[in-house]
Amino acid sequence: MIDFIKGTLIIVGALLMLLAAVGLLRLPDLLTRMHATTKAAALGVILMMLAVAMHFAEVSVAARAFAIIVFIILTAPVAAHVIGRAGYFVGSKLWSGTVKDELRPNYDPLTHELKSGMETQENAKRQPRDADPD
Amino acid sequence: MTGAIWNLLLGLAWVLLSGDFSGLNLLVGMVFGYITLVLIEPHLDSLKGYPARVPRMLGFLGFFIKELAQANLRVAFDIITPPWHMQPGVIAMPLAARTEMEITLVANLISLTPGTLSLDVSDDRKVLYIHAMFLDDEEELRRNLKEMEHRALELFR
Repeated sequence: MIDFIKGTLIIVGALLMLLAAVGLLRLPDLLTRMHATTKAAALGVILMMLAVAMHFAEVSVAARAFAIIVFIILTAPVAAHVIGRAGYFVGSKLWSGTVKDELRPNYDPLTHELKSGMETQENAKRQPRDADPD
Repeated sequence: MTGAIWNLLLGLAWVLLSGDFSGLNLLVGMVFGYITLVLIEPHLDSLKGYPARVPRMLGFLGFFIKELAQANLRVAFDIITPPWHMQPGVIAMPLAARTEMEITLVANLISLTPGTLSLDVSDDRKVLYIHAMFLDDEEELRRNLKEMEHRALELFR
């Protein structure tokens, strides 16, 4: 029974990684590619690590597998966000089938100001913050 | 937070007293510790809300795994079939999260589910811009995102 679960986890994990690779080749633009690679690959690693923890059934291995899962969950979305954001603002073309883009009209490429579209009269002007890099 | 630390301490005390140093025994100890905390919650102000938060957190975990699996299947299906069914686009989602910590959490959770990727937060932190892969049913997507945000924020308030 446990062998069956382990095998299933490893096969599904490997399939997800294969899908991520195929998606990376087939998908049309940067942002959709980020969807395929980071998430499917992250889930694939998580499933495989679960299988590893089950196979060895030792505290030391399970703890490390668990730590790997936690760090993957912490880092994968951050990496996807940073790459996607940088690509978008650098001006990589969106796919021609993109149906809507609510960000572009709110973004000012000269001042790098990003409006929310919910401004009232008094807070319409951007307040400089200490955390601003420039 | 105090509740979580007490729960862990009670679990460790259980492990020490029973003399069985295994992860499973720690889990057992934490379950008993949790029951103890539920019983003494009415008498201690610092524990307020902790017992109710644990089942909510487990519920959120289940909900998130379900979303993750569903969204992964959908993206996977679109990748392996030749014609594109996807209708990608960037949408603006009004944020209910206020502090930096909450916004980070919500943005990361959204990025973690396939099909949605958080792109940026507006300067006044009212709106999160999200790149979504399937915009054929935008209302449904917005409702799902809102539900996820609502459930995630409940854990910390």
